[in-house]
Amino acid sequence: MIYGQVLANGLMLGALYACIAVGFSLVWGVLNVINMMHGAFIILGGYIAFFAWLHLKINPFVMMLPVAALLFLLGYMIQYGVINRVIMRPVLTTLTLTFGLDMILYNAMNLAFTATPRRVVLDMGRIDIGGVIMSLDRVAAMVLAFALTGLLYLILRTSRTGRAIVAVRMDRDAAALMGIKVNKVYAITFGLGAFMAGACGALVSVVFPITTSVTGLFLGKAFVICVIGGLGTVPGALVGGLALGIIESFAGHWWGPQNAILIGFVIMLVLLVVRPTGLMGKKGYE
Amino acid sequence: MKARLPYILFAIWVLALAATPWVASNYIVKIATFLAMYGAIALSWNFIGGFTGYPSFATAAFVGLGAYSGALLQNAGMSGAWLPLAWLSGALIVALFSALIGLIILRMKGHYFAIGSIAIVEVLSQLASSWSSLTGGGEGLNVKFLAGGPDFIGRVFLYTMLVIMLMAFVATLLVDRGRLGFGLRCIQQNEDAADMVGIDVTRYKIYAFVLSAVFCGAVGAAYSSWVAYISPTDSFSILLTLKAPVMVLLGGPGTVFGPIVGSALFVLMEETIWAKFLDYHQAVLGVVIVLLIFFLPGGLLRLRFKKGAA
Repeated sequence: MIYGQVLANGLMLGALYACIAVGFSLVWGVLNVINMMHGAFIILGGYIAFFAWLHLKINPFVMMLPVAALLFLLGYMIQYGVINRVIMRPVLTTLTLTFGLDMILYNAMNLAFTATPRRVVLDMGRIDIGGVIMSLDRVAAMVLAFALTGLLYLILRTSRTGRAIVAVRMDRDAAALMGIKVNKVYAITFGLGAFMAGACGALVSVVFPITTSVTGLFLGKAFVICVIGGLGTVPGALVGGLALGIIESFAGHWWGPQNAILIGFVIMLVLLVVRPTGLMGKKGYE
Repeated sequence: MKARLPYILFAIWVLALAATPWVASNYIVKIATFLAMYGAIALSWNFIGGFTGYPSFATAAFVGLGAYSGALLQNAGMSGAWLPLAWLSGALIVALFSALIGLIILRMKGHYFAIGSIAIVEVLSQLASSWSSLTGGGEGLNVKFLAGGPDFIGRVFLYTMLVIMLMAFVATLLVDRGRLGFGLRCIQQNEDAADMVGIDVTRYKIYAFVLSAVFCGAVGAAYSSWVAYISPTDSFSILLTLKAPVMVLLGGPGTVFGPIVGSALFVLMEETIWAKFLDYHQAVLGVVIVLLIFFLPGGLLRLRFKKGAA
């Protein structure tokens, strides 16, 4: 049953990864901006959830939506006030800009919270399904991660704002001609990306230790997942996230966890060359 | 435009750096060495990022690979008088590596190229930490100190870095005036059109990529003997990979003197800021980047002739 256990761990990891990448992928696909702050957003969400749990005794799963709402506001303001001004400039400019903003946020978090790893400890017991043992807090995190990803999918599919986002992604100029306020849609999209990051942060705080030094790690995962799954679509991020979770889980089992990250990156490089649109991506979208 | 003044200023600048061991303290010599080192790194990035317009974030991969190759060769016996050979070999290994990698990742554009180049840094860094038998893993690698006392060592590495910077500068001049520079600028403006008028786009891009790597490799190899200790996080620092484009953007991408001006300003700013706000170092760098992008989009050297900015 060892493979069942590895697979279950991979699925749990994959659900979190999908949730981490889906906001990043949305921003990249719609705005054509690589948000280097995404990892820091996740950790910021994790910190807020952790301190709410430590001082106010609020369960991180309950804090998930308030944290996400806070991050939405932050993201909206950053996009509206800062990034929108240079959105039409070359890749290097926007990427460097978000890198700079990331350094400010990272430094601020380091000073405010120090780099000590912190983790929420929720003892919710464990569950045994045919020899596969999972702790219940992880199962809950997995279910909520899937639910969040599904929620974003619903927003994009059914709401007016969601349709506007998809329209801007397909053709910015045509969308503007149809009366969509592109700048506002950009801000909402970036806000949604931050929303997902914040919610994920609350979930991650239950599963992994929260520390500022892992922001780059989460950002790296988001890259890899976007390349595996394809850009800008929810199903792409879901497939990419699950694939990476399962691959890392098995790679860690066979070759040791220290090589799991390496394998993720190598897969990404190979895919970049062989199939740059990703497994689920459509040709012609950039 | 082709005035002699910038060249004279540049010559004065190089002579001033070269004169520091005789007139100033070892601390100043160290800063002068950093100025030359980052000058070389910024000039290197300018080939691919400035002339060609490809957002490369692979600088740390080249510097780190150069550092590890240099250090391993020195530990294998190329020390003492053989040091320059170790540095040269380090640079050649990096050049070869960049040509092979370039064949693969230069097929991508824009964001995909940027991500691909960051991934190269990550992969090499992971390899350096997990291949313990060769690289010492996360504990890092010790390199034998050069004999001769701090004054002598300071001079040796100052002149080494200066020579690397001058070589990068000469290469920049040659590229800027030659066919290659013209081709690279065409690629920057419109790659498909450049292809159409008969520029061998793939070959030119690989040339630019190798040029952006080889001097970084030399810098890395020399750096490893200078500090005598290297580790994966230090050598493949993602921060270094970002500093290179920021320096060039500060000075003026695609110009000959921009990288020199930008890197000099950046290092001096860093030294003065670092001394005062150790805790806020990253945040200050972040603020500098944000201000730079909003207020100096073409770099300092483009200030006067904004109309002609490409």
